[in-house]
Amino acid sequence: MTLFLGAPIDLNHVGHYVHWGVIQISVANLVVILVMVALFVLALFLPFPKGRDRR
Amino acid sequence: MTAPALPRTWTGRLRARAERALPPEQLLPDHQPVYVTSWIYVFGVLTLAAFLVVLVSGGVLALKGPQWWHRSSAGHYFNSLHLWSVELFMAFMVIHLWGKFFMAAWRGRRAMTWITGAVCFLGSIGTAFTGYLVQSNFDSQWISTQAKDGLNSAGVGAFFNVLDFGQMLMWHIVLLPLVVGFVIGIHILQVRRRGVVPPMQLDPRDVIAPEVTP
Repeated sequence: MTLFLGAPIDLNHVGHYVHWGVIQISVANLVVILVMVALFVLALFLPFPKGRDRR
Repeated sequence: MTAPALPRTWTGRLRARAERALPPEQLLPDHQPVYVTSWIYVFGVLTLAAFLVVLVSGGVLALKGPQWWHRSSAGHYFNSLHLWSVELFMAFMVIHLWGKFFMAAWRGRRAMTWITGAVCFLGSIGTAFTGYLVQSNFDSQWISTQAKDGLNSAGVGAFFNVLDFGQMLMWHIVLLPLVVGFVIGIHILQVRRRGVVPPMQLDPRDVIAPEVTP
């Protein structure tokens, strides 16, 4: 179970990096930023559940 | 008809001023405007919730100490809880910042709300940084030895010494949490006082927050 859960986020090795000109960023940081952007876009467009008592 | 007499004591004047600035129904409202029903307005309170988990898990770590958080299962758990609640805190705060930036949330006499939010953000970066310095592992050694040169070149190394574990621990668990917690409190009171910023397409008369006599 631990192995299964640890596999997708195994940090026990040298990090992978993306190089693009002067920009260098670890894949882990890039993934976090992309997830945050996705959350931001979803928050703008996903409908909000209706409350019981709205004025 | 005569105007009510102003209190003569400083406590009375402070109470009267606080009541004028933040009446109870404004301090703890039970309704919000209809435009608040969007997920983008949720990230502020998510940030606050994550901050509370950061404080509680950090408090447990402070009680038990580094031997416990490095060597026991429960210690590992609370160490990870502290780390991941900080990760969520920073992520939620940045998404909250993006949302408020694109709403131009400083409109309608809300400049102080915006400024206190920015100060919280900067203070949180400092708190997270000192947290990385006091992990008491090879990672913290690496970060502190890398950071010292940058900070020394900026001229702050004499009174903010990242190689001084005790000093960084005090910054992390006392000074910076006090400052960040206090400014977060001011930020929330400002949100209560001025209200949640409405969308830009609303009538400009609605955008201006009600005049509150200081």
